[in-house]
Amino acid sequence: MQPLLRSSLGKRLEMSGQISVDDAEVAKFSALAAEWWNPSGKFGVLHKFNPVRLAFIREQVTARFGRDPMAREPLVGLKLLDIGCGGGLLSEPMARLGALVTGADPSEKNIKTALVHAAEQGLAIDYRVAAAEDLAAEGMKFDIILNMEVIEHVRDPAAFMGVTAAMLKPGGVMITATLNRTFKSFALAIVGAEYVLGWLPKGTHQWEKFITPDELSGMLKSGGLVPREPVGVTYNPLSGEWRRARDTDVNYMALAERPH
Amino acid sequence: MHQDEVFDIAICGAGLNGLAAALAFGGPGNRTPLKVALVDQRDPALATQAGFDGRASAITQAARRMFEAMGVWDAIAPHAEPMREIMVTDGQTDGPRPALLNFGVEHQPSGPSAYMVENRHLLAALYEAVRAVAQITFKTGHKVERFSFTGPQAELHLTSGQIVAARLCVAADGRHSQARQAAGIETIGWAYGQSGIVTTVSHDGPHGGRAEEHFLPSGPFAILPLPGNLSSLVWTEDQLEADRLMALDDEAFLAELKRRFGEHLGAVRLAAPRQAWPLGLFIAKSLTAPRLALLGDAAHVVHPIAGLGFNLGLRDAAALADAVMGQFRLGLDPGGPQALQAYERWRRLDTVMVAAATDGLNRLFSNDIEALRFIRDAGLSVVERIDPLKRFFMREAAGLSGHLPRLMTGEPA
Repeated sequence: MQPLLRSSLGKRLEMSGQISVDDAEVAKFSALAAEWWNPSGKFGVLHKFNPVRLAFIREQVTARFGRDPMAREPLVGLKLLDIGCGGGLLSEPMARLGALVTGADPSEKNIKTALVHAAEQGLAIDYRVAAAEDLAAEGMKFDIILNMEVIEHVRDPAAFMGVTAAMLKPGGVMITATLNRTFKSFALAIVGAEYVLGWLPKGTHQWEKFITPDELSGMLKSGGLVPREPVGVTYNPLSGEWRRARDTDVNYMALAERPH
Repeated sequence: MHQDEVFDIAICGAGLNGLAAALAFGGPGNRTPLKVALVDQRDPALATQAGFDGRASAITQAARRMFEAMGVWDAIAPHAEPMREIMVTDGQTDGPRPALLNFGVEHQPSGPSAYMVENRHLLAALYEAVRAVAQITFKTGHKVERFSFTGPQAELHLTSGQIVAARLCVAADGRHSQARQAAGIETIGWAYGQSGIVTTVSHDGPHGGRAEEHFLPSGPFAILPLPGNLSSLVWTEDQLEADRLMALDDEAFLAELKRRFGEHLGAVRLAAPRQAWPLGLFIAKSLTAPRLALLGDAAHVVHPIAGLGFNLGLRDAAALADAVMGQFRLGLDPGGPQALQAYERWRRLDTVMVAAATDGLNRLFSNDIEALRFIRDAGLSVVERIDPLKRFFMREAAGLSGHLPRLMTGEPA
């Protein structure tokens, strides 16, 4: 590693008071980070998926908050929570766009990986080994909450949505992305992605836990939010690209606002 | 050793391609102007004053739109001569030259489809435009001692001890690109055993905006119209003959020139020093490496037969700007593998096609074997060849083929 990098890395890692990565661990987590961030590696499908999610977030958030989408840092000053942040695939872009990012994940391994990578990139992100309940208990509030591909993995989705929604400031927006419970999603997301294409490890998803747009909408409303029409995300096997679409049968994203 | 800040883009080479790329990334040609460093051992201010680059470039309509989007066309326009007609002949040096092709270049409502501009005017206009942009920082006067392309940023270690760090390094440092060599990117290609002699002539008669391409036995001899009664010459000769011609005094050189130039424009005089370049074709095996993108001559040198060198560089810059901004605006890594792959995919085919086409034209015409001449001039084969040839010139003259990057449609990146 370059001397320049090491000094900035040390500084960044000290800055985060929540969790520390000691020197002996840096190499290990740096290698893990390299794996997370390799577009043709194990998490390749997330990298392919990332631009369509990011474009949606940027477009929706700049419109709601009256920001210039062409600005260098259009989200400057906005407090953002990335719940279930993993290695930081969403947290880092949001920080580059100017948001004040808190990234939370229950896995210490993920958080240490994210921490090391953000330091290498020179990004200041508040990463925490925490569940939504922990942050809510601290009384944290956010302008933007990203709830991306998390809800289908939690034990009690309704309770989880209630806790996250409560952390949204008036006028704030929450963006949720998840998988619909349809025959098509079983065929594509379970059989296709896990068994045929091998994009995801087998057992990544349990189809029974997928959530329909109506169910999601109900949970958002119970949390005091106003949900908007969900948009679908579909995969084009010819171009290898994910695109926004009307078809919400498999992957979809939905925006909800907390009224002032 | 110190590093002030991390730039978004560090461009190696402040020549035509480097300056144009700087405007595409950091200038008014970009809706989200990036922080750009322009690194060159030479001071571009001296380059604009020193002697002058005797070459001229064809500026296609797409290139003109790009200049407009970057706010630099108004400074170029007074020095731009519209090409109204292109004539292509196949002939002996002293004998008759049958016209293979003669066509008026169609005038679009937006103006002529191509212009000729002397490189010194292009350089001056681009340099002035770059100087007016606060987002672009000149780091000139020092050599790059060492490049580092590992990790989240490229680092250029200058001999002054300064380190220029950027998310992406753009190599616009010419055919012998130091950045390309540092990244270990190999090239494929060959020398033609020919030299291109370049100069400017003045003549008594008006050229009427006509570009002439004479396919003489030793290689193409191009007369390209400049503003006023001036023309730019690109004169291809075998290496040895070129060396002989370059060694002649002005009077003897002019006599040789007249034999090829003809008398249709009246008396001819030399209006600039003559320069000669060895000709060759080469293409970098890859247009990218981690944290590095090649553009312009660093990526490809094609035969000057169609005056397309600089246009290829502009297309590179416009396509790279789109690829980089697509990532940057999403908060993704502007110098990461996705941006570089997008650029590589976009530019690879075009580069190879132009290189192959100009190479094929040169090979087809650079010989004086009677039998081949007969076949070339015989009706059917000529007709067969004219169509692809004409299409090639038309397509390239307008520069409007294929999927265009935003800047080439006149929209900022």
